[in-house]
Amino acid sequence: MSVALEVGATGIGAFVQGAPDWTRLREVLLGKQGLDPNAPAKPAAARLPAAERRRAPDGVRLAAEVAEQACAMAACDPATLPCVFASTHGEVGITDYVCTTLAAAPQEMSPTKFHNSVLNAPAGYWTIATGCTAASSAVSAYRRTLGAGLLEAAVLACSEDTPVLFAHGDVAAAGPLVDIMQIRALFGMALVLTPRPGGTRMRLALRPVDADPQIPESVLALQAVASDNPASAQALALLAALAHARPVHVDLPLSNGLSLDMEINA
Amino acid sequence: MPARIEPLAITAISATSALGRGLAAHLDALRNGRGGLHANDFSCAPLACFIGRVDGVEDAPLPAEHAGWECRNNRLAWLGLQQDGLPGAIADAVSRHGAHRVALLLGTSTASIGDTELAYRRLDDGHFPADLRRPQIHTPHSLAAFVAAATGITGPALTISTACSSSAKVFASAERLLRLGLADAALVGGVDTLCDSVLFGFNSLDLVSQQPCRPFDTGRDGISIGEAAAFALLERAAAAPGAARLIGYGESSDAHHMSTPHPDARGALAALDDALARAGINADAVDYINLHGTATPKNDEVEAKVLSRFPAHTRASSTKGFTGHTLGAAGALEAVLSLLAIEHGCVPPSLGCSIPIPDAAPWLALQPEARPIDVALSNSFGFGGNNACLAFARAGVAT
Repeated sequence: MSVALEVGATGIGAFVQGAPDWTRLREVLLGKQGLDPNAPAKPAAARLPAAERRRAPDGVRLAAEVAEQACAMAACDPATLPCVFASTHGEVGITDYVCTTLAAAPQEMSPTKFHNSVLNAPAGYWTIATGCTAASSAVSAYRRTLGAGLLEAAVLACSEDTPVLFAHGDVAAAGPLVDIMQIRALFGMALVLTPRPGGTRMRLALRPVDADPQIPESVLALQAVASDNPASAQALALLAALAHARPVHVDLPLSNGLSLDMEINA
Repeated sequence: MPARIEPLAITAISATSALGRGLAAHLDALRNGRGGLHANDFSCAPLACFIGRVDGVEDAPLPAEHAGWECRNNRLAWLGLQQDGLPGAIADAVSRHGAHRVALLLGTSTASIGDTELAYRRLDDGHFPADLRRPQIHTPHSLAAFVAAATGITGPALTISTACSSSAKVFASAERLLRLGLADAALVGGVDTLCDSVLFGFNSLDLVSQQPCRPFDTGRDGISIGEAAAFALLERAAAAPGAARLIGYGESSDAHHMSTPHPDARGALAALDDALARAGINADAVDYINLHGTATPKNDEVEAKVLSRFPAHTRASSTKGFTGHTLGAAGALEAVLSLLAIEHGCVPPSLGCSIPIPDAAPWLALQPEARPIDVALSNSFGFGGNNACLAFARAGVAT
């Protein structure tokens, strides 16, 4: 049985060092501009109330920033939008803090840092900040997080006939985790996916494979970004396809036996 | 309101927790009111509390071919996967549908963080020691990646990690994949293991009791943390006409606070309403509710407000007095206990509760009760205001 899902991307958000929004990153991906050395290093995350923004760890700020951009472009009210937040490793700065504290003085654990350590911290802060009472989720699939997360969001959109916010990102690892995770820079992106007509059309199908598909050369322009954040390479391939207004295939790793084959019709 | 769904057949279930390995140990414990909590002998530094620890995990290394996945959480997953005929049921589903037509959706909050903690205790000149330099276990997807390798399932594979609702939400995601025809079966479940992160983390929030937890008791003062592995195999109803059914689910967000529930149970009620709507039933049809019932003062006070929606004949309990709060595994574990209640006509008691809070008392079972249960709900709520409610029914019940 071969089943395909049809969704449209009506909103896109992105944040990477040197390209703090989709407008700039799109120009970079099209070769019209380079990365901006003076761009802010930290996401503004303007949607979070000031007090929350101060307490929010990097991954929450990153997710809130790209989610806000995508919702604004899609002209969607986040309060009604089910959301799926995907991340390979979650809040790794907090993981480093928690493990360091536990090894030295476990009774001194910070309660705020502990509740910020959950993978659904971005979903929690986002739904609180936007008053969103719809379903929210936090998902992960190691090196296949983008494909598996995108499938989860597209399935939700098509099965419930609703627009869905999908955000994907990872922040820089810290301490001994840098060696293990190989993530040295943050990268985030978000899409608002609609099952109805509108936006850039995407057709998603599951394709049996023997090995994970390779990242196409289209992201070579941003090789430095991709090598500092391996999780971003697949996302950059997808964003490059969205930036170029021409039909293109993107094949994302999904599972031990499948890839997520995306046909994008700009 | 969401549309009604086609019920799915639950063709296999399994549970491993402080109550023992497999369904028979759980059923025996629930029927006899025998709990599994004991004084904390796990954490690396003293912490006065009770825990629901699975015996023998330390003595059960993974088979040599899976050694790269070695860690406490994957050991517990492996133990769970060996119980209740699961290996045969999974192999059968794979052979009937094809490995890539079986999805794998697992919930966890701890994943293998216990072994990341271990690496930090044994740092070698600022680096992980050689035996723990295995990136695939220091990540939330460690569990599902291991289970995919161990079972040969090659369909869509995903980790859901929304704290204590994680492994309830996997049932919802599986239903959607099957409804859209992207898979023909799904192995769902949850595995969480004891580790310092959760013991000292919940302790830092003043949420850990020094006694065995007392869900819905007027004197309750916090949770007891446990560990568990629980699984269920979901297929379309035609595959198993006599099997129990997943008939509905609801998911919602509180939009209120990171670590305390909405005072009016707004999110819990929204999840309940959606679960009933997808099942096509109203609250009158519900015979039993397995409550989230963590035994924190706030959770139980707020969750009791949900009970006023139900008629007098609906029975309710929290089973966390038996197993402890198994966090990311709680959704799947308590789904399995709800299915046992349906199959065997037994209402588990709220073990640990002797003087129930008035808002919950009319519905709350304090002793094991034998009675027919056709429809059961299971509540799971997590940090970030993340809520899920699952609805199950006996096969053939007109809903």
